[in-house]
Amino acid sequence: MVQSRYVAKALHCQGGTVGEELEMDIKAGSRLACPECSVELVVVRPPSSAVVLTCGGVEVVDASADRPGGGHSGASGDGTLVGKRYADEDSGIEVLCAKPGPGTLAADGREVPIKGAKPLPSSD
Amino acid sequence: MNLSLLLEMSASTLEDRPAVTSGTRSLSYAQLDAAARRCAAKFLSMGATGVVYCGTNDASFPIAVFGAAYAGLPFIPLNYRLGEEQLQPLVEANRGAVVIAETAKIPGADPEMVVLRSTLLDASFSTSADIELPPFVDPEDVAIVLYTSGTSGTPKAALLRHRHLTAYVIGTVEFAGAEPDQAALVTVPPYHIAGLANLLSNMYSGRRIVYLESFDAQLWLDTLRNERITQAMVVPTMLARVVQHLDGSPADAPMLATLSYGGARMPLPVLEQALELFVGTGFVNAYGLTETSSTIALLGPEDHDAAFAGDPVAKVRLGSVGKVLPGIEVEVRDEDGNVLPVGEPGLVFLRGEQVSGEYEGGSVVDAEGWFPTKDRGWIDEDEYLFIEGRADDTIIRGGENIAPAEIEDVLRRHEAVVDAAVVGIPDDEWGQQIAAVVVLAPGKSVGVDELHDYCQQHLRSSKTPYRIEFRDELPHTPTGKLLRREVLADLLG
Repeated sequence: MVQSRYVAKALHCQGGTVGEELEMDIKAGSRLACPECSVELVVVRPPSSAVVLTCGGVEVVDASADRPGGGHSGASGDGTLVGKRYADEDSGIEVLCAKPGPGTLAADGREVPIKGAKPLPSSD
Repeated sequence: MNLSLLLEMSASTLEDRPAVTSGTRSLSYAQLDAAARRCAAKFLSMGATGVVYCGTNDASFPIAVFGAAYAGLPFIPLNYRLGEEQLQPLVEANRGAVVIAETAKIPGADPEMVVLRSTLLDASFSTSADIELPPFVDPEDVAIVLYTSGTSGTPKAALLRHRHLTAYVIGTVEFAGAEPDQAALVTVPPYHIAGLANLLSNMYSGRRIVYLESFDAQLWLDTLRNERITQAMVVPTMLARVVQHLDGSPADAPMLATLSYGGARMPLPVLEQALELFVGTGFVNAYGLTETSSTIALLGPEDHDAAFAGDPVAKVRLGSVGKVLPGIEVEVRDEDGNVLPVGEPGLVFLRGEQVSGEYEGGSVVDAEGWFPTKDRGWIDEDEYLFIEGRADDTIIRGGENIAPAEIEDVLRRHEAVVDAAVVGIPDDEWGQQIAAVVVLAPGKSVGVDELHDYCQQHLRSSKTPYRIEFRDELPHTPTGKLLRREVLADLLG
């Protein structure tokens, strides 16, 4: 089965030079990261339409790319929590947070809510 | 999403929390993660195309599972109890895979690819070659190949992709949701979907797993107390043995919060006795298939408690598998594919992200994503799913569909009976007639006529066995599924 793939044009921050443009392949299983804080994400469901995913206002990058760090200045929101799923209804993108951080996720500027999971009794 | 991520997240979040215990050995999440990465590099340096695991449960099992995932190789657990004739074709079908085993002599295996199970725990099982683990494992890749138990014939290789298993885990388990002192006792075999799903769920929730290499009722009870077990999972045969072993005395396992059961149909008399003996423990019935990445429906502790308290509706539902998980859809259809209304029994179809329905050689999922379970069942007005058994096992007597399980439950309630199997035997007049094979409790006796009358008191006459025979034991798979074709062959032979 072929997964739907969406190739996003993303502004990418590499080696401290902001503005270099490269193509980022957002597909299920892709690993993304915040260039400025510790947040790391895994794509559970790729977006069905173009979307810019940001963490603390900075666009996320491929996790293998250079991440200058430095943290977000004046970060607002609750941050991003490990093990939580974040889903944006409009674009369809869903990510799982693999490493937490102070940055808060937004899709085209909309804050991305935690996808509620109903806790089940332990069955295995 | 792939399986290695589940451990990676737990290792970076929980670090030194104990992850797995077998015997006197314990590994933390960080140690398990490091061992899995070390083995992954070694597997790749050996040129392995898969990881076959042919052994019992211990700490080497999770290392092998996650080692395969980190290497991007399929994990293929085999039943180590199989005879040489049955094991050899399965090993040969996976040529190129590293074979992790109890002994160096595995029929059909390349000796250079055989690794003793205990070796995985040894830091010297590593490679000096510059091996980089794949940074991206495609969720579409096959994560696990499981040979189905084959109650109906030759085993089939069911394929579970990373996306099926991770959908199940992240959809049903809260990451790191377990308290640090929680521990799960695991006795289901590593080559069963329950053993694999159990490993993934517990590792993701941050719960320590305690493995018993083989099941023994007293050892199981002792381990519950000594390891302060909070969660345990058993197949019906194990619970039956525990209940028999306790012989009416309380289980005395106050720490045990949840006891879940599944893998085969639970006889109601065993469950009712267990509910009495495990005071304060919540019972969970989990129903699922290999092809659905384990559990798709649950009957929870509240339902069990209500039944135990005597609620008549809950008592009926004790015979159900509860409600389907969020994200799973269920339909009951007739032989022509028409969806049946509430209460009418038919064929059970399932759909959802964790449902694979794929075998080596093709998928049986239809164009709309529905998987035919080949189980017969029905849904009540509050969406509780009742499973009658395999469609192939249904007895058709004079045009009436009869589920063997209902008759077996009645027979097992007789005080002289410990086990019973009901099958259809060919009959010129009725198409099929009902035959029962019964195992008596030690020191008890009962005649055929008395059992026949007993069935007639509790069942319609069309469901009363026409023929009843006695045997010393019944043939079962390791997870307690009755091998009906062997019972039938015995009766006809």
